[in-house]
Amino acid sequence: MKDHAAPAEVRDWPDEIFQVLCDAGVTQVAYVPDAGHARLIELCHANDAMRCVALTTEEEGVALLAGAWLGGARGVLLMQSSGVGNCINMLSVVQECRFPLLCIVTMRGEWGEFNPWQVPMGQSTTRALENAGVIVKPVDTASDIATTLVAASELAFNAFRAVAVSISQRIVGSKVWK
Amino acid sequence: MSASPNTSTSLDRREVVSQLLAGRGDALLITGLGSTTWDAAAVGDEDGNFYVWGGMGGAAMIGLGLAIARPERRVLVITGDGEMLMGLGAFATVAVQHPRNLSLVVIDNELYGETGMQYTHTHFGVDLAGVAAAAGFESARTVYTQSDLDTLCASLYEAPGPLFADVKVSPVRHETVLPPRDGTYLKHRFRRALLGDAEHGTLAGRKS
Repeated sequence: MKDHAAPAEVRDWPDEIFQVLCDAGVTQVAYVPDAGHARLIELCHANDAMRCVALTTEEEGVALLAGAWLGGARGVLLMQSSGVGNCINMLSVVQECRFPLLCIVTMRGEWGEFNPWQVPMGQSTTRALENAGVIVKPVDTASDIATTLVAASELAFNAFRAVAVSISQRIVGSKVWK
Repeated sequence: MSASPNTSTSLDRREVVSQLLAGRGDALLITGLGSTTWDAAAVGDEDGNFYVWGGMGGAAMIGLGLAIARPERRVLVITGDGEMLMGLGAFATVAVQHPRNLSLVVIDNELYGETGMQYTHTHFGVDLAGVAAAAGFESARTVYTQSDLDTLCASLYEAPGPLFADVKVSPVRHETVLPPRDGTYLKHRFRRALLGDAEHGTLAGRKS
């Protein structure tokens, strides 16, 4: 859906995310699959230093990474914006204990969406995260992703905060319905 | 909904948890919100205990993240049937990851103890050990008797995981024994005990 016309910059951002995660010492990668994260998930699976944990629901990942931090490990949670709603109560654990949490959220229902059912959660994703105590760093252009993620990972792991980088649907690309 | 409370077992939850923890050695413990936290506190508060006072449904997954992070240490999760039912998907996620060092024990009184003793699904036949087995746990059993419990305790910290046991207990309520409840305190205490000051950057003030 994106390869045929995408400039190099657009193709490379998942690789840039992967490099930032490696540099940040991330060893647990929790995810519910999303088309926007497909390339990144492949890269993580291929890396022996990373344990990839596929989830049945996103809140599992919030709990998983709390346990990881208890054990001295750093993780990242990859999800689509629709999964943010599944996380809300588990984020209270993160806020109460001040666990570091780094999330990368690919947006739906936000830019050029075809499926109206994606719009309600997509439109409330940022406010839902902020209400749950998560700092949200939106990214609208691919060239800003790596820089933003570095800053977010420092905020998470050095300042012990919950941080989500939300990647606009403008970057990920709208799903093509044929 | 006229079925009577669990009468298939005479096991007492406090005695069960005490026996489960008697042989723990240096095993790390995660407890779920509610009664299993009071049970563990009644046995004795320890730095290697992390009590999850909220986040219902998350205890098993916190245990999984910890078990993956510390493969050299045994991790024991003790939680309730209501807490486990809220995170049923964790059976599948844990089984797929297949941590050899994780044991998951549900103290199953078939009731939501903290909210007025309403029945949980296990009272009506939902078989958590069956779920664990079907998901692919290395071993899964239901414990009804003292003999079953003795057998479980003999392998709880040694048998390859992921190990699951659903321990049926009587619906008796005990005195609420409260461990520390400040989340940041529990987190720091646990990490300091496990990792020491050098690795525990929040205490050491290390710049990274």
